[in-house]
Amino acid sequence: MILLIEQTLNGLQLGVMLFLMAAGLTLVFGIMNLVNLAHGAFYMVGAYLTTFFYQQTGSFALGVLLGLAGTLVVGIVVELVALRTLYERDHLDQVLATFGLILFFNELVAILWGRAAIYATMPPALAGHVELFANLRYPLYRLVIIGIGLAVALALWYVVVRTRLGMLIRAGASNRTMVAALGVNIRLLYTIVFGFGAALAGLAGLLSGPIYVVQPGMGELVLIQVFVVIVIGGIGSIRGALAGALIVGMVDTMGRAFLKPMLATVLSPSAADTAGPALASMLIYLLMAAVLAFRPEGLFPSRGS
Amino acid sequence: MPDPILEVRGLSKAFGALRATDGVDLDVLPGETHAIIGPNGAGKTTLIGQLSGLLRPDAGSIRFAGEDITHLPAPARSMKGLARSFQITSIYREFSALDNVALAVQAHAGHSFRFWRPAHADPELRVPAQKVLEEVGLGERAEVLAANLAHGEQRQLEIAMVLATGPRLLLLDEPVAGMGAEESQRMVDFLATLKGQRTIILVEHDMDAVFTLADRISVLVYGRIIASGAPEAIRANPEVRAAYLGEEA
Amino acid sequence: MRLSARSWVLIAALVLLAAVPPLAALLKEPFYLDLFRRVMIFAIAALSLNLIMGYGGMFSFGHAAYLGIGAYAVGVLTHHGIDNGWLQWGLAMGASALVAAAIGAISIRTSGIYFIMITLAFTQMLYYLGISIEEYGGDDGLRLAQRSQFSGLIDLADPVSFYYLVLAILVAFLVLGHRIVHSRFGMVIQAARSNDARTRAIGFSPYLYRLAAFVIAGAMCGLAGALLVNHTAFLSPEFMNWTRSGELMFMVILGGMATTAGPVLGAAAMLLLEDALSGWTQHWQIIFGPFLVLVVLFAKRGLAGLLPGGARER
Repeated sequence: MILLIEQTLNGLQLGVMLFLMAAGLTLVFGIMNLVNLAHGAFYMVGAYLTTFFYQQTGSFALGVLLGLAGTLVVGIVVELVALRTLYERDHLDQVLATFGLILFFNELVAILWGRAAIYATMPPALAGHVELFANLRYPLYRLVIIGIGLAVALALWYVVVRTRLGMLIRAGASNRTMVAALGVNIRLLYTIVFGFGAALAGLAGLLSGPIYVVQPGMGELVLIQVFVVIVIGGIGSIRGALAGALIVGMVDTMGRAFLKPMLATVLSPSAADTAGPALASMLIYLLMAAVLAFRPEGLFPSRGS
Repeated sequence: MPDPILEVRGLSKAFGALRATDGVDLDVLPGETHAIIGPNGAGKTTLIGQLSGLLRPDAGSIRFAGEDITHLPAPARSMKGLARSFQITSIYREFSALDNVALAVQAHAGHSFRFWRPAHADPELRVPAQKVLEEVGLGERAEVLAANLAHGEQRQLEIAMVLATGPRLLLLDEPVAGMGAEESQRMVDFLATLKGQRTIILVEHDMDAVFTLADRISVLVYGRIIASGAPEAIRANPEVRAAYLGEEA
Repeated sequence: MRLSARSWVLIAALVLLAAVPPLAALLKEPFYLDLFRRVMIFAIAALSLNLIMGYGGMFSFGHAAYLGIGAYAVGVLTHHGIDNGWLQWGLAMGASALVAAAIGAISIRTSGIYFIMITLAFTQMLYYLGISIEEYGGDDGLRLAQRSQFSGLIDLADPVSFYYLVLAILVAFLVLGHRIVHSRFGMVIQAARSNDARTRAIGFSPYLYRLAAFVIAGAMCGLAGALLVNHTAFLSPEFMNWTRSGELMFMVILGGMATTAGPVLGAAAMLLLEDALSGWTQHWQIIFGPFLVLVVLFAKRGLAGLLPGGARER
């Protein structure tokens, strides 16, 4: 029982991080019709910059602030320099061009900090455990991640549904030309949205640093899971991103925790030993295939796409 | 009166709040040329889309030669003898005119899981394709890349592809769209030669073409048929005139 | 027989490739034998991708999966003591075809960006599967104890024999690919890419044709995978890393999509460039990345696209 609760919280934590990534990607796709394969690069940049600044200044808070700001700046620079030309192009061109960007960023990071994984220290203030109830001690840091993620989800909901900017975002998502015709500075809107998406990815990255590995290429591993999230949730919709992320987070975590012991009840221990992890790693993709079979548009597709 | 070859009952399709097709009833008799006219935005292309199978209706039924085809996808309808031309020219721009028509022939020549013989050199496809091209007046232009044909010639190619599938019912969506006076006349003259041999549903704006070719006319306004009958009756119908106020009639 | 400029370039390339072993022996540089054999193996993989991507418009970001499946078919059988080449390579193609059928059945119901993401996701799934099976090396990979055996017909341990075998397979697939593309089947595939609505309106249901093309391409790439693992004598899940899929796509684009010569030129250009750059600096990807971006922005017609093609090529 304790294990179940613990794994549920882990699943929630993974889900929340996937949501931060998926929200950025889906916003950019929904509003600018841009597929950015290099979205994972911002995740990586966020992790690296925060670790670097934390080490330099000794303050985690400062590290986070500078890391986020740095990622935002990198995002804006990328948008201005490399992506402007891609808005007019079809999705395939965008995928291929941003693929080139991934290689560039991974190598840049390797030049600056080396190819080996670097150690991102957990800030001491967040390193402890919280006693949730009798017998369940859960890492404080992970609870913080869940809290931040849900707060961001709430804030995003508020911005998108209740503010003028959000209205522009929703309008842009379903009718780009109309928004432009209304005289809104589309270029500025795009740059802001893109920077914001990059910052969200950077946030996910810096949060993940202390608990996952920080190395070149870390973004892409997450990114592909984010694709699964978006396919399941429906492209272009924040609601879909949240639903998809939580589902994927849960299924993946539960699968990894419980599939092997479950299989062990019907298979031999050695068979379960191999089949368990193998099947667990395939689980979210099988789920994606199932969703596609019945609802190819995803669970909550946005109407504009 | 013979049985209708096409019976449409209560066809409806909405896009959000917009009722593009709002309970359409339509009967088309075999061998007739039936024109569908209406002001801009009346929903003509949406209707054709549902008849040809590329759009799924929300409600209603379509019967073709006594068979219910409402849920049949477009390729299957083509195989039953329903052929459609597009308002915005829809051809294979990178292929020659002959290859374009040959593909239409190929679609109705059994399955295409043949991997070895070059299709371009296959007389089973070339010969009928060349014949159809000559029928529509593009015989000389067979080897020209479709993208390099003049606009009017491309519209002719559209018609050729429609004919090459050997259809019983032709759905023509504005065949003279974008054509100059001379080209339009040639196209109308050609379509006139098809009259009687095949059933034609003709969606058109060009009233000269409509009154030359049509045996019967149905008028579509805001997704509903408001009048249907012989050309003279339609011309005189006050509701129709009201709908067209300000438009050419 | 009049041949286009593209065809002449292809013939020249093939003649040059045939001349590599004696030249390499003359210059006492066996490295070039290795390099160009690798080029040819990837040319075969690129050729298979060109079939569905260049001609069919199906941009599969998961094609490297079949390199992996083909390689694993050989590697796993060898690991268990079965080194019969016919069996191994047959399984490589068969397993690839089956997986392609499964993945294709689901993916081909989608299009555009969904198709790209889904094919990418499935490949990654196979990659994780490969990593998680410790017995076959996990993520470290596995040395191939023995190359595929062909009962005395050919010895793959002899570099030159193996080289000419790969060349022969490349030429055979070039011919096969050319015939397929211009057959009735190929015309449907191209038509469906060119204008999907029109293709349905004249009576074709593209799904099965696309699926068939996907399976054929998968099987061809599976053979390339079997060749690759024999070439490297080392089995690694990195064969099906998604970045490898991206590389394959670039080979096809760089060489010129929907041309017969394209895959050969693209594989050669890409691998030779990688080789040259990596000799210069270990951080060659920082140059290579932007290079790829520039290719997409300015040179999408590719190398073969620069040359005039034959009567029925774009």
